[in-house]
Amino acid sequence: MTTQAIVLLVVFLAILLACTKPLGLYIAWVMDEQRRGNALETGLYRLCGIRADAEMNWKQYALAVLIFNTLGALFVYALQRWQAFLPLNPQQFGNVTPDSAFNTAVSFVTNTNWQGYSGESTMAYLTQMLALAVQNFLSAASGIAVAIALIRGFARHSATTIGNFWVDLTRSTLYILLPLSLIIAVVLMGQGVIQNFASYQEATTLDTTTYEEPVLGPDGQPLKDAQGQPVVEPKTTQTQTLPMGPVASQEAIKMLGTNGGGFFNANSAHPYENPTALANFLQMLAIFLIPAALTYTFGYRVGDTRQGWAVFGAMASIFVAAVIAVTVFEQQGNPLLAPLGVDMQASDLQAGGNMEGKETRFGIAASGLFAAITTAASCGAVNAMHDSFTPMGGFVPMWLMQLGEVVFGGVGSGLYGMLLFAILAVFIAGLMIGRTPEYLGKKIEAYDVKMTSVAILITPLLVLVGTAVAVATAAGKAGIFNPGPHGFSEVLYAFSSAANNNGSAFAGLSANTPFYNTLLAIAMWFGRFTVKVPVLAIAGSLAMKKRIAVTAGTMPTHGPLFVALLVGTVLIVGALTYIPGLALGPVVEHFMLWPAH
Amino acid sequence: MWSLLRPGLVLFIILTIITGLLYPALVTGIGRLLFPQQAAGSLIVKDDKIAGSELIGQNFSAPRYFWGRLSATAPNPYNGMASGGSNFGPLNPALLEAVKARIAALQAAGSQPDSLIPVDLVTASGSGLDPHISPAAAYYQVERVARARSLSADRIRQLVEAQTEMPLLGFLGEPRVNVLKLNLVLDQIR
Repeated sequence: MTTQAIVLLVVFLAILLACTKPLGLYIAWVMDEQRRGNALETGLYRLCGIRADAEMNWKQYALAVLIFNTLGALFVYALQRWQAFLPLNPQQFGNVTPDSAFNTAVSFVTNTNWQGYSGESTMAYLTQMLALAVQNFLSAASGIAVAIALIRGFARHSATTIGNFWVDLTRSTLYILLPLSLIIAVVLMGQGVIQNFASYQEATTLDTTTYEEPVLGPDGQPLKDAQGQPVVEPKTTQTQTLPMGPVASQEAIKMLGTNGGGFFNANSAHPYENPTALANFLQMLAIFLIPAALTYTFGYRVGDTRQGWAVFGAMASIFVAAVIAVTVFEQQGNPLLAPLGVDMQASDLQAGGNMEGKETRFGIAASGLFAAITTAASCGAVNAMHDSFTPMGGFVPMWLMQLGEVVFGGVGSGLYGMLLFAILAVFIAGLMIGRTPEYLGKKIEAYDVKMTSVAILITPLLVLVGTAVAVATAAGKAGIFNPGPHGFSEVLYAFSSAANNNGSAFAGLSANTPFYNTLLAIAMWFGRFTVKVPVLAIAGSLAMKKRIAVTAGTMPTHGPLFVALLVGTVLIVGALTYIPGLALGPVVEHFMLWPAH
Repeated sequence: MWSLLRPGLVLFIILTIITGLLYPALVTGIGRLLFPQQAAGSLIVKDDKIAGSELIGQNFSAPRYFWGRLSATAPNPYNGMASGGSNFGPLNPALLEAVKARIAALQAAGSQPDSLIPVDLVTASGSGLDPHISPAAAYYQVERVARARSLSADRIRQLVEAQTEMPLLGFLGEPRVNVLKLNLVLDQIR
């Protein structure tokens, strides 16, 4: 690792750490069910027919989550299917195809933001704002709501309810996500992120470009000659179309809500989304801000902030190891280029390393750190193309997703995911010493462990079965872009990303086909809600339990021992599930790229 | 069910209006007020025509211009309508072919064949629209540009130096040269 990369990581962690407590306290205050809303808020509830003081049991809460998200999915689908007839569509894009619209609707509602489409040539401004960016807010807010409901489960005793979903949703949207997004959006604009409703601009370029364009037949498909090669015609151009749009407002919530769906195809690698290293730093911080703060909120609400810091510590230790790994492998570069006379050495004049798919302004340090952050959290925005990473450099983001997005993880989902692993960890520890496991004064019983197992096992099931189906069928194999084990990695990455609601891709995979659009949408939907519902069931079950007193036999869950146990549980479950799959992809590829001498 | 459906529906509509219409409108207003140039795309206007954007790279292939990163956008490089990378894996033969073709093009245009080539000059960027190259990649091209323009290499080297931006606070970002801006400055030399 270069000194610069180390400094970047240390400064990033220091600022994150400094924000965790104040923001965590603020979130605790905002989400406090005892706090009465202001006049505007109560007026809004009256308009909606919501009784803010009436709490829900876990089943009502879960039903409300499902109803609200289903409404969202229907709306996103409808808006895409009718965008050609609606305003704010200066490029006059047509309606999105049914399978793509379905995939995108599920993708944005589940906080995944997997993108089979290419933004700048598909989506009208109205669709971007009113369908996609709205779900960036609401899917993140649902995540926070469920996390808070689980925290209430731990904090309460002998209670039948876990809060009011409508109130939690409204408050997290209006008081957490909206103000923070506004600040971030303004700073991003200052850095050069665009925000306008103009139609695309035509620029006259300095130099002329000559290129070959495939000739299309009458059926719209590329023509092929007798040898099966595509027919091309030479062309020259001196114009460049510059895409426009309301990007900054969407970019801010895209990071803050760990959504990750780019306005443009190139996502945060696009200079209009992420123009400078400072903008990039702010985007990285925005991804981790709320997931980190929620660990403090958790500790604060259960009455022992050390419990929150223990969770933070477990997340941070996996994260730091991941950043170091990805940065080291990317800095090594591609050994196949060295014999061609390519200089990959880092110096004062260049970043060096594996620059394929990376932007000059970010180099290796800021691309490696971004890749680790975006996959540790379930963000999925990218500022470099993961498909072009070195084999082990690409292994890291893939495995971070497969761990279940619990290393800070998604907004809300990261915390509740990690708390599931905490329940599993105390259960395993309980088995080892032959004592009924308990966590935060709550006895962990058969029902809780069953629900935890369902929530933890559903994503590996979706990933592994999905990958198996895709590599066993012609429609699945047709989408593969890179030859060899890397092609398998593309498919494994896609399902890992979808089922864990990340949304990043080994983007060579041609996933905008009915096959992938459908299969990945299923993975995204069940990856989201078959975790959320068991989590709420656990919240309900915990809330009902009595609090048991701490005794000499109680295992402390705030010290280094528990942090190690928690990290171990996450890694072992992740490793046991995915190592065989990873061995077939990135590991094989690594040994092909670096043959033993 | 109905007792949940009505609040859900009305709340969805209200929050959609707030986050999907009012919020972007507010950000747009602030942008117009505080950062009109940036919010409009950091456009470069020359002779009343848009000559490009400071942030978006352009394709250069003439020997008298500095060249930028490779761009994998289809069908033509630096196509603003199709941002994206090559997505070539490290072992993909097409990656090696692209690198070799670029090296051949650089040498055909008159670059010194004996010195090492900076990696960013032979690899495609993630966006396909990268406006920058490393200073190493710029210095590598100085001799060629100087010869094509019949100017002294020292003169060109000074221009590169003047256009080099350093990492913010020493650790944010990489040293870089904006290719379009450098070439615009070059064209002003008469």
